[in-house]
Amino acid sequence: MSMLSIFNVSGSAASAQSQRLNVVASNLANADTVAGPNGQAYKARQVTFQTQLMGEGGNDPTAAGVRVSTITEDATPGRRVHDPKHPSADAEGYVTYSNVNAIEEMVNMISASRSYQNNLEVMNTAKTLLTKTLQLGQG
Amino acid sequence: MLNRLTDTLDFQGQALQLRSERQRLVASNIANADTPGYIARDMDFAKTLRAATGMLGQPTTIATAHAAHIGSAAAGLSGGRVGSELLYATPAQTNLDRNTVDMDRERASFADNAIKYEATLRFINSNVRTTLSAINGQ
Repeated sequence: MSMLSIFNVSGSAASAQSQRLNVVASNLANADTVAGPNGQAYKARQVTFQTQLMGEGGNDPTAAGVRVSTITEDATPGRRVHDPKHPSADAEGYVTYSNVNAIEEMVNMISASRSYQNNLEVMNTAKTLLTKTLQLGQG
Repeated sequence: MLNRLTDTLDFQGQALQLRSERQRLVASNIANADTPGYIARDMDFAKTLRAATGMLGQPTTIATAHAAHIGSAAAGLSGGRVGSELLYATPAQTNLDRNTVDMDRERASFADNAIKYEATLRFINSNVRTTLSAINGQ
């Protein structure tokens, strides 16, 4: 039943995409934050995917799942706005906001949600085919 | 006499097995659509089926010229697959992250393979029905 591992492959991809969606959500939520718990402005985060071979022994090239290998922080400096009355303003009167680019995050979100849907459809098709295989010889 | 009945079933069984392997291969490609550096794979179905059912004279093997090269026997291919080789898909459009998954093509292959898998299932089903009606003699 080599089709059963489609669920592992597509499931790992859906899980990785939902993690990406999670990161996008926290980036968007923090798009306008000034300072995080550590006193620094929020840095946008980005997930990196990696292929993970599955199947028996984890070396089957025809069953390639996905996992999130690293979550990296965007090192670009945050947006600085001159606002001396703001409580978080520095000595020169500048407030540092997070470096989240909302447009990039929206594009990332759409891409993640499309990929998630693709993987779900793959699993649905595999389920239909497996159900029909189970009914083999009955009708 | 009986092997004539089962020969067709054997062939369709092999085809079904290969169809499910290809389905998994395409699912892997779709799963890795956003993985940087992933190279899409596919199989030559007709050739693989011919090799699996012994219609090809000699099972094809990959010659290795270096100890670190992966031969076809050591490629970790298990199950009913005999002498099959995975091919690399050529990218229709290049990507900045060197990923060669073409989602349009993969979705098309996935649908195509699913239909052909169902067709093979029907062939097996009707084969069984024919055999049964021959046994019942009605």
